[in-house]
Amino acid sequence: METTTSTDRIEKTVTLTAPRARVWQAIADARQFGEWFRVRLDGEFAVGATIRGHITYPGYEYITMEVVVERMEPERFFSYRWHPYAIDPKVDYSPEPMTLVEFTLEDAPGGTRLTIVESGFDRVPLARRAEAFRMNSDGWSEQMQNIEGYVSRT
Amino acid sequence: MSRARSAAVAKLHDSAPVFAALGDETRLQIVARLCTEGPLSITRLSEGAGVTRQAITKHLNALADAGLAKNARSGREQIWKLETRRLEMARRCLDQISDQWDSAINRLRAFVER
Repeated sequence: METTTSTDRIEKTVTLTAPRARVWQAIADARQFGEWFRVRLDGEFAVGATIRGHITYPGYEYITMEVVVERMEPERFFSYRWHPYAIDPKVDYSPEPMTLVEFTLEDAPGGTRLTIVESGFDRVPLARRAEAFRMNSDGWSEQMQNIEGYVSRT
Repeated sequence: MSRARSAAVAKLHDSAPVFAALGDETRLQIVARLCTEGPLSITRLSEGAGVTRQAITKHLNALADAGLAKNARSGREQIWKLETRRLEMARRCLDQISDQWDSAINRLRAFVER
């Protein structure tokens, strides 16, 4: 898996050993999407639709996820907007700008190349803060170790 | 959910007050100034801030409540400085969102390749 990050975007590219039609189903069918994303969505994905659902991690069902579907091109492209990091049920995230999540499917030898891009963090308060944090360079090496710890567990 | 992942979610949750505290433009400016200029007095922080000393004090107390700043008395002046540990934790959040995608992609792989 390849990862590219900046303050504004996270990009992931992965090759899956499955046909494009299969990968498309897993992403564009709300029930199948929920299986691996771990959310129980009420309704089907459709362009312009807002779909909500509860996270299905035991103990985290209080978190509601909401996505607004932006574009669907069968077996090729799917995108939605949402509030990343919207985990505090007491906070109204609706005034905050949303990030854009894009799934791009392409044929690859032996399967499907999937690219996931989440962008727009620079416009949300989260990244506005990250800008300020960048000025503070203390403890960066300690943090790198933490990140290594996270990465190596997967 | 794996233990590592639930720990990551718990950490995200812990950072929520940090983000709430930083969701205000004036507080963000205070944090930025303490980052670049080091510990400062309320008087210095009020200069050019466009808000009253009382307002600055209120914002500093909000930052202190979130564990982002602390005050140390120096003679008659109160000097404020950053608590960097909490900021580091908050900065890690983008990496955690990135990690969450990694976990989700791994589950997607298992889902479509089975």
